[in-house]
Amino acid sequence: MPERLPPKPATSAGQFDLFGKRAGGPRVYSVSELTREIKAILEGRFPSVLVKGEVSNLRAPSSGHLYFTLKDADACIDAVLFRTEARRLRFSVQNGLSLVARGRLALYEPQGRYQLVCDTVEPLGAGALQIAFEQLKERLQKEGLFEAARKRKLPFLPRRIAVVTSPSGAAVHDFLRVLHRRFPNLPVLIVPARVQGDGAAQEIARGIVRAAKQPRVDVVVVARGGGSLEDLWAFNEEVVARALCGCPVPTVSAVGHEIDVTIADYCADVRAPTPTAAAELIARVKDELLADLAQRRARLGRAMRGQLERRGGLLDKLRARVADPRRLIGDRKLRLDRARQRLEDMLHDQIAARQQGLRALRERLQAQHPRERLHRLEREVARLEQKLKSLAGRTLAVRRHRYEGLTARLDALSPLKVLARGYAVAFDERGHALQRAMQVQAGERVRVRLHEGELSAQVLEKKNE
Amino acid sequence: MLEETRVADAAVPSVSEKYEDIVARLAKVVERLEGGGLSLEESIAAFEEGIRLARAGAARLEEAERKVEVLLEGDRTAPFSGQEK
Repeated sequence: MPERLPPKPATSAGQFDLFGKRAGGPRVYSVSELTREIKAILEGRFPSVLVKGEVSNLRAPSSGHLYFTLKDADACIDAVLFRTEARRLRFSVQNGLSLVARGRLALYEPQGRYQLVCDTVEPLGAGALQIAFEQLKERLQKEGLFEAARKRKLPFLPRRIAVVTSPSGAAVHDFLRVLHRRFPNLPVLIVPARVQGDGAAQEIARGIVRAAKQPRVDVVVVARGGGSLEDLWAFNEEVVARALCGCPVPTVSAVGHEIDVTIADYCADVRAPTPTAAAELIARVKDELLADLAQRRARLGRAMRGQLERRGGLLDKLRARVADPRRLIGDRKLRLDRARQRLEDMLHDQIAARQQGLRALRERLQAQHPRERLHRLEREVARLEQKLKSLAGRTLAVRRHRYEGLTARLDALSPLKVLARGYAVAFDERGHALQRAMQVQAGERVRVRLHEGELSAQVLEKKNE
Repeated sequence: MLEETRVADAAVPSVSEKYEDIVARLAKVVERLEGGGLSLEESIAAFEEGIRLARAGAARLEEAERKVEVLLEGDRTAPFSGQEK
């Protein structure tokens, strides 16, 4: 501590004589002493001050504290935001950002430097929330999470709708009223979540994840009625954005009024301006669907009747065409008949002509019949026969005459004639006429032919001469 | 007049089929039938399928049970009274 209070600030430099050795002269400080005094003055004078300036030279070491310089056109001042305070910020401090910092001045003795130790910093102009919103939006956009290609279509008719919202809020009642006016029997699952205040974002995010896991849930809605930017803030938090982007079923954001746009709106597949609008987007009017079905069914019936009528008509037409040939057949029959007649006539003519030819041939053949020749031949044969007969008769007489002469001559010569004169002829058993006695043996039987009759005799004795 | 068995099994909408798929199929059947070019047998089959789909669609619209529930911890549900906090 200084032994004396420092003198009043000098009004003129000429009052000092630094090198004079005067007792009771100006006091000499040690550096520490002076620094300590300055520190006391500085810190005592600015225990809480608001400073506006632009952030530059931002450093964020691993300690989590934020160091930066606040500057304007002519001056700058070092500043620090300790980790505890830095984590509470909804936006991130960036170089170039104009902000208002509230804090105290502090002097760091070892370096003799002072800096502003901030309690909070607020973006200048736009509010902190606005800045935070813009920053998160930009970041997520860069990740491509808002791209139209990512957006899924809502189911035509969800089997069950999950609504992540406050069960006591007006939003859920508005939603249900409109939903069931349009489609009276659509099942809804309310997934309770606080929609504002600390921890609301985490509850909403968890609600989205849980909702998507429930059976038959085809769409997840996050809903909240209107409110201030601060009230709707949970829907601008990254954790909700991530839950929506990662939700396996299509999502609808229905937060605040028409003019309120949240990060959730960018992340959901479909943005509904209000909870009631969400109900209208999700549920078609059941009566219209039924009417549409009935109309399609009627069209189906008409088409079928049309088909049958067309086919019936076609059948009639074909039948009519089938009748024609029948008349044609009559014609053809007649024509055929005539042709056949002609053919028959022709055939008859031909046959007649042939028969005529045949007859002529037959006559010619007749003329050549062998009977005539036969008659001629017969006559010839008869003639020849006659001739032969007369000829034969003549020949026979001649022959007989000759024969008789010969017979007479023969008769004259016959040995039998000799026999008549008393001679006999003997024959041996073999019929040979015996001329010599030696021709037979004694005892042998012989035949003896007489003129009339015959004797059987036995040789008693023989005499060879 | 028509036997049930003549409609292929594939023509029968399955329980899990979505309403919009049923209606899309119905629309296709109507167009096919309107477009002509079908044999009489095909027409009849298409008509039957269409009627079946129309019925299934209407049933799908009616079968939903108006149930508003609240999801509790442990994934249990309770009827929603509107008095929940």
